Amino acid sequence: MRPGALSKALKGGAIWGFIVLELIFFSIAGEMVSLSDKAFMDWDNMLLLLKQSAPIGIIAMGMTLVMVNGNIDLSVGAIFAIAAIVLLDSMTWPIFAGLGDRAIPVAWLLALATGTALGALNGLIVWKTGVDAFIVTLGAMLGFRGFVFMFNGENPTSHLNWTLVDFAEAQVLGLHTATWFLLGATLAVWFLMARTVHGRNAYAIGDNREAAVNAGIRVGRHMTINFAIIGFLAALSAVVFYSESGSVNPNDGQLYELWVITAVVLGGTKITGGAGNVIGTLGGVIAIQLLRKGLGHVGADTSTVNLVIGLILIAVLILDRQLNVKGKEALKI
Amino acid sequence: MTSVKPVLRLDGIVKTFPGVRALDGVSFSVMPGEVHALMGENGAGKSTLMKVLGGVHQPDSGAIHIGEEVVAIADPLEAKAKGIVFIHQELSLAEELSVAENIYLGELPRKSFGRVDWGKLAAETDAILKRLNVRFDANDRVGDLSIANQQMVEIARALTVEAKAVIFDEPTASLTDAEKVVLFDVIADLKAIGVGIIYISHRMEEIFRITDRISILRDGRYQGTVATAETTEEDVTRMMIGRNLDLSRNASHHEMGEVALEVRGLSCGDLFRDVSFEVRRGEVVGFYGLVGAGRTEIAETLFGLRVPSAGQIFLDGEEVRIQSPADAIAHGVSLVPEDRKGQGLVLGMNCRDNMTLPQVDEMKTGPFVAEGAEIAIFDEYRERLDIRTPSWRQKAGNLSGGNQQKIVIGKWLSMNPRVLIVDEPTRGIDVGSKSEIHKLLRALAAQGYAVMVISSEMPEVLHVSDRIVAMYSGRIIRSFSSEEVTEDSLIQAISGLGGDQAA
Repeated sequence: MRPGALSKALKGGAIWGFIVLELIFFSIAGEMVSLSDKAFMDWDNMLLLLKQSAPIGIIAMGMTLVMVNGNIDLSVGAIFAIAAIVLLDSMTWPIFAGLGDRAIPVAWLLALATGTALGALNGLIVWKTGVDAFIVTLGAMLGFRGFVFMFNGENPTSHLNWTLVDFAEAQVLGLHTATWFLLGATLAVWFLMARTVHGRNAYAIGDNREAAVNAGIRVGRHMTINFAIIGFLAALSAVVFYSESGSVNPNDGQLYELWVITAVVLGGTKITGGAGNVIGTLGGVIAIQLLRKGLGHVGADTSTVNLVIGLILIAVLILDRQLNVKGKEALKI
Repeated sequence: MTSVKPVLRLDGIVKTFPGVRALDGVSFSVMPGEVHALMGENGAGKSTLMKVLGGVHQPDSGAIHIGEEVVAIADPLEAKAKGIVFIHQELSLAEELSVAENIYLGELPRKSFGRVDWGKLAAETDAILKRLNVRFDANDRVGDLSIANQQMVEIARALTVEAKAVIFDEPTASLTDAEKVVLFDVIADLKAIGVGIIYISHRMEEIFRITDRISILRDGRYQGTVATAETTEEDVTRMMIGRNLDLSRNASHHEMGEVALEVRGLSCGDLFRDVSFEVRRGEVVGFYGLVGAGRTEIAETLFGLRVPSAGQIFLDGEEVRIQSPADAIAHGVSLVPEDRKGQGLVLGMNCRDNMTLPQVDEMKTGPFVAEGAEIAIFDEYRERLDIRTPSWRQKAGNLSGGNQQKIVIGKWLSMNPRVLIVDEPTRGIDVGSKSEIHKLLRALAAQGYAVMVISSEMPEVLHVSDRIVAMYSGRIIRSFSSEEVTEDSLIQAISGLGGDQAA
């Protein structure tokens, strides 16, 4: 075994070990304190959990890419809300009235295009101005949210299309539509990051930007593409979710960026870039959803859930640091 | 026989920056298969010249010829495309990526759909690594390699393009002697296939060992090119600084005082074992050994950065426990670290604030920083150490290496230390300032300070030390007085040969 292989294996597998621990804990704790007589590890319950993971999970795949690239995107929650409005509102537009149900794919495309364009805009600003992605997307988060409120004030935007609802509620091979989209997004981003030149360059840029520039990698372009991808995925997440719910509040998607980043970091992506993968992120997403659901199952309220997740995030980062410095002689600070 | 044409020829290169003529008519040529040293003090224009060659700066006038043609190099990519490759002092690698990905950074072979052609990548990388005869493989993570091997990855990168000229910028700065031998072999191989090499280094012994010709710059002006075989260190030094340099031994002419620091049986894991020595007031003790011999680690332990696994430390005869740098400072142990810019100074802060950093907390009036007292301290040490800066407002990062080092030394002297540990006192400092720092260290001893100097440069150790402690692989092999030491005995001791075997 090579030096460092153990800590690497521990790190890679840790999130899945944690998920198993959660399952065992909530099953046992559920038996003892739960008010419902249904078992926690019920098959339907698990399928539902995957479906509920999808909105955060789909965006988290994009965030993995962007963070490995050495950037961050705080505007995903706002893009999520804008895409939802475009989706639901466009179906009511008079020009599409004659299309009937064929308005659905048009509305989907419009929403996805909007998300992609907003993401690309973030990327272009980061590229052309050289301003840090944190600041640019912080501004975008506020600005895009402003658009959402300008559109319909405090009122929700609603449009229920039953064909769409049927599609969103369908189960193929047991899995819900949203779950399929989550798995599809995971696979696609995995392929992009692990197998393509664009993906490997994204790692190189996040790891050592100067080296990447000196090697002739077009850093700005790669970053812009990745921002466009996360914009697309934020819109995709909205499209999948609101096809079913049919109504978007102007506050929807708020704090999504933080949940997404939490999942990505739990999944082992380095905050400074250069390392991480979407399989870990998928683990992070499931671990958080399990925790939310499990704590609910044993009767904890939302505030408790947030407290526990916050503590776990910090514990994970401490553990990660310990694993990383092991073997190397760590200097005291 | 046909006459050999130079691979690279510079003709009257001029580059000015606002207020400075950084390069003033630099002309020299590099022949195929030649190792051409470029020497000069810091600030002589070497790095500017390299930036011109690398396409970072454009020359105001003058021409660069590659082979027969005159070229303009617009950016680093173009330099690479024209066959000019740099092996940088600060390695530019992506640590999380594999060796293969780093070698082909920016040029990963592609298949359909933008996929990486991993098979081709592995095959090409293996071929290059075989040529370099290295002991790591294409899939290793670069961050797990030693510095020397990381440098090999950079060199491997040079082999992926048809390099005409390879420029090594201080390549041996962090290599052990064994690693240097490997590097020199690789340079010899490059030479053999007709690549022209520009070799930048401050280390004379390397220059005389591997180069064919030496070009010298001083204050941006070209001083001439000499054949290495026909010149001497002294001549080169004179061309670089325009005067002779005193590098003679320097035995103490003053009385030694009491023992200030005594270390008994100190160990720290595998880093060093059972180390015992003492340092007297008025004495400079030089620690000499190869990289990895444990010298810096001893200093870090004395300064509270590492926890010893065994042994005792006495200051002025009293046993102390040092568990943090704060403890060390409180006990009067000061460390001037090897990495001056990273560990010794806050580069963006001004000179005064850097100098008073460790004691600013004690100097405050109420909650406020006592600026007047700070300036007084700065002025005192500016005069005592001859720190050349227009004012205390100057940012430390803008000073020359020698003056920066004086700020760090002044910082500790103002705390009135019992022991001053100086790790690599002149690393990255130009020749002229070097001798000044050496004089300063001697003067401090004469004033009664106990000084520990760690250095990888033998002339430096011989020059400044009253006693020399030779280390090998975490042990003290032998301690020499300045009268008895010879270069041979010292080299034997640090190679683990001869000397007293540690009991």
